Amino acid sequence: MLDKKVALVTGASRGIGASVAKKLANNGNFVIVNYNGSKERAERVVDEIKAAGGGAAAVQCDVSDFEACGAFITELIKTYGRLDILVNNAGITKDGLLMKMSESDFDAVINTNLKGAFNTIRHASRQFLKQRSGRIINISSVSGLLGNAGQANYAASKAGVIGLTRSVARELASRQITVNAVAPGFVGTEMIEAMTDSAKESMTGMIPFGRIGEPEEIAETVAFLASDGARYITGQVIAVDGGMSIGC
Amino acid sequence: MLEKLQEIIAEQLGIEAAEVKAESNFKDDLNADSLDLFEMIMAMEEEFGVEIPSDDLDQIATVQDVMDYLKNKGVEE
Repeated sequence: MLDKKVALVTGASRGIGASVAKKLANNGNFVIVNYNGSKERAERVVDEIKAAGGGAAAVQCDVSDFEACGAFITELIKTYGRLDILVNNAGITKDGLLMKMSESDFDAVINTNLKGAFNTIRHASRQFLKQRSGRIINISSVSGLLGNAGQANYAASKAGVIGLTRSVARELASRQITVNAVAPGFVGTEMIEAMTDSAKESMTGMIPFGRIGEPEEIAETVAFLASDGARYITGQVIAVDGGMSIGC
Repeated sequence: MLEKLQEIIAEQLGIEAAEVKAESNFKDDLNADSLDLFEMIMAMEEEFGVEIPSDDLDQIATVQDVMDYLKNKGVEE
């Protein structure tokens, strides 16, 4: 049993997830740093949190696996006695033009990005109901709002996350459980760094701010939605994108 | 068993235990919403030490249904 609030961040070994984990820990929450394949990197995130005086633990789970998610979350609640914040961040890309996109590339992205969020919410919501409190923050994407050529699978999964967010927000609102989505724009993570220079340049041209975002800038918004100050906000999609999706 | 159930249900719904009868329908008579039902089931799981899978909730409409369900699961009185 912990006296701290317990936060679970999926896909927290790198990128936005790692930043969110560190920020939530810095705000006094105990953070479960979930990873799928990157054990060492997840442990590095935990070490960094501990070095900064926070509490965290790395736990493996493939969020696209419904049964595995159930076992993971049940075990987590048994160990820590509570769950207060769930951040569905785990996501993958398998970009390609629709004409060339394979069925397996479509399914894989939907299974991790959209079904993964359903899986964790489905298994965590019992505990949230029991506690009559809880914060669910789903990471969507500007691609889910605007669409993006070459990302039919990813954009569909991230738009799906928005529908999931709004529906679950309505279902759980009577118990003061909030469910919101954050839609990052282009953010400096490995997902973006993998792009060619010319692709990056044309991308920057689409951002009114004229620069890509930092993972910490996304983490700030997630941390706000997880905080007491956001207790009356639910079912919302907050774009943190340097203005890319203005008016959408 | 009814007495304990009355207690749990009354507490969950903020009503008097006497209002809860075996034939009471959760939704129609006791004005429970669907989340109330989930929460009562969780309280009953704790009280009686049984697991009630969410899929089984479809079988439960009245207090009597809960008693039958628990008896089937081997809960005595």
